[in-house]
Amino acid sequence: MGQKVLVLGEMKNGEVRNVTYEAIAAGQKIVDGGEIVGVLFGENLQEHAETMIHYGADRVVTAEKKELAPYTTDAYSQALLQICEAEKPEGIVMGHTSSGKDLAPRMAGKLKAGLVSDAVGVDIEDGQVVFTRPIYSGKAFEKKVIEEGLVLATIRPNNIVAFEKDESRSGDVSSMDIEIKDIRTMIKDVVKKTSDGVDLSEANIIVSGGRGVKSADGFKPLEELAEVLGAAVGASRGACDAEYCDYSLQIGQTGKVVTPDLYIACGISGAIQHLAGMSNSKVIVAINKDPEAPIFEVADYGIVGDLFEVVPKLTEEFSKVSV
Amino acid sequence: MNIYVIMKRTFDTEEKIVIHAGAIDEEGAEFIINPYDEYAIEEAIVLRDEHGGEVTVVTVGDEETEKELRTALAMGADKAVLLDIEELEDESDHFTTSSILTAYLKDQEFDIILGGNVAVDDGAGQVAPRVAEGLGINQVTTITRLNIDGETAKIERDVEGDVEVIETPLPVMVTCQQGLNEPRYPSLPGIMKAKKKPLDTLDLDDLDLEEEDVEAKTKTVGRFLPPEKAAGRVLEGELDDQVQELVEALKNEAKVI
Repeated sequence: MGQKVLVLGEMKNGEVRNVTYEAIAAGQKIVDGGEIVGVLFGENLQEHAETMIHYGADRVVTAEKKELAPYTTDAYSQALLQICEAEKPEGIVMGHTSSGKDLAPRMAGKLKAGLVSDAVGVDIEDGQVVFTRPIYSGKAFEKKVIEEGLVLATIRPNNIVAFEKDESRSGDVSSMDIEIKDIRTMIKDVVKKTSDGVDLSEANIIVSGGRGVKSADGFKPLEELAEVLGAAVGASRGACDAEYCDYSLQIGQTGKVVTPDLYIACGISGAIQHLAGMSNSKVIVAINKDPEAPIFEVADYGIVGDLFEVVPKLTEEFSKVSV
Repeated sequence: MNIYVIMKRTFDTEEKIVIHAGAIDEEGAEFIINPYDEYAIEEAIVLRDEHGGEVTVVTVGDEETEKELRTALAMGADKAVLLDIEELEDESDHFTTSSILTAYLKDQEFDIILGGNVAVDDGAGQVAPRVAEGLGINQVTTITRLNIDGETAKIERDVEGDVEVIETPLPVMVTCQQGLNEPRYPSLPGIMKAKKKPLDTLDLDDLDLEEEDVEAKTKTVGRFLPPEKAAGRVLEGELDDQVQELVEALKNEAKVI
């Protein structure tokens, strides 16, 4: 399709998120040799804009404003709209993250455009850009096209492969003067609950617990294993309903849908609604006392046994090998 | 307070998905209120009980959707509105649904509109922000706590596991996330009362919309099931050996660590 695609970059903990580089790769498929214009909002962006270029953006437009440092729907949608009006792109791509999920449909509404959310693949078929996205939380997939007008897409982290970083690439970084008015969302506080900053949706490894962990304390061995692996901790609905852990950890059709490289399910039986949230992980390990548990049907490797015996041994063994 | 809930009827989360001739086979499937919309309905009822007013549940669908609307009424909503699109010949998408909801809601008086964070079937979460934009009101997605204080909504929202504490003026659109509340089951008297509560049906004509106005922007060109996974390996032998074998396999065979 078109000659120009905007990729809205996203910062977290002072770094550009990986999904931004994946979005650049997705944008390149869409633009097919045309121009990828990175967009970055916030403060002190020069170095990060250059990193986006190293990952494949041709140039980057930044808007340096303190109103754009925290994400708000109003500030970001106003800023992105002004950049759209100046750049007149044929497409916009961003990560299917907390802010991307909030912003992309708002923009699609403003621009009266089609939006494909949560894409896990972008391909060209018969000259047309075809997006693949999960439906029913990954129990099935659909292929979507936008036949006319602007192409908007959010891409799921960890699915589209980013380009190799190439520090010899260079491009223009320009700053645009953006007018922001009337931000209706006032952020009073942000309470950090994620301990180590490993976010479930972007984690390469997830250690997840179910009813089998038996109590909030039962998550301790899982957390120790996660620490050795640099993994995020997740949970099944059973564990959340039993109040062993916070709902923000829930993986499943109601909850987060994840696709890490390695998913270690501990004491999770494998209800269909949980499987929907994790069965597209690349490698699945199941640890469960019940050899008949359905989780073993989707597992690549299974250990039948008590998680309280198995998990600490795994932690020990993993800490021996360099992870 | 005038409280609106936008609701979707979805497949039961326990259903297996079958694809027949490129379409999802609905034969014999159980349908439910989208679980995230149940949080929205519950929160709406709690708000009304605290501040007074009325809860209206709105959906875009067909006749079949009346069942889920009655369930919402049985939970405690006061009114239900079905925006019937059975006449639409082409595929509908988020643009379609949000345009129809916007056309209806722009003529209503509302203080707050609640919806689910996503629908568990499609999983896109586009409709609520699109409607908020269409109505020119603010949106707050994935909320886990809500208090209304005069003209201000005090909200906590889930941001990838962290909690953002925010305030925003009414009217506002919010989308509900797990942890917000525990949706009630309809009581028997609730079910009896629901039969007499108003359920209005409007079609495109009633909303002054033409089919072109709501024509989908996206098109589905295929659906498929994920490839069947090859059977995995259940390890055997002494536990210590199993653990060693597993770590070895993850490192050298699967190469994920």
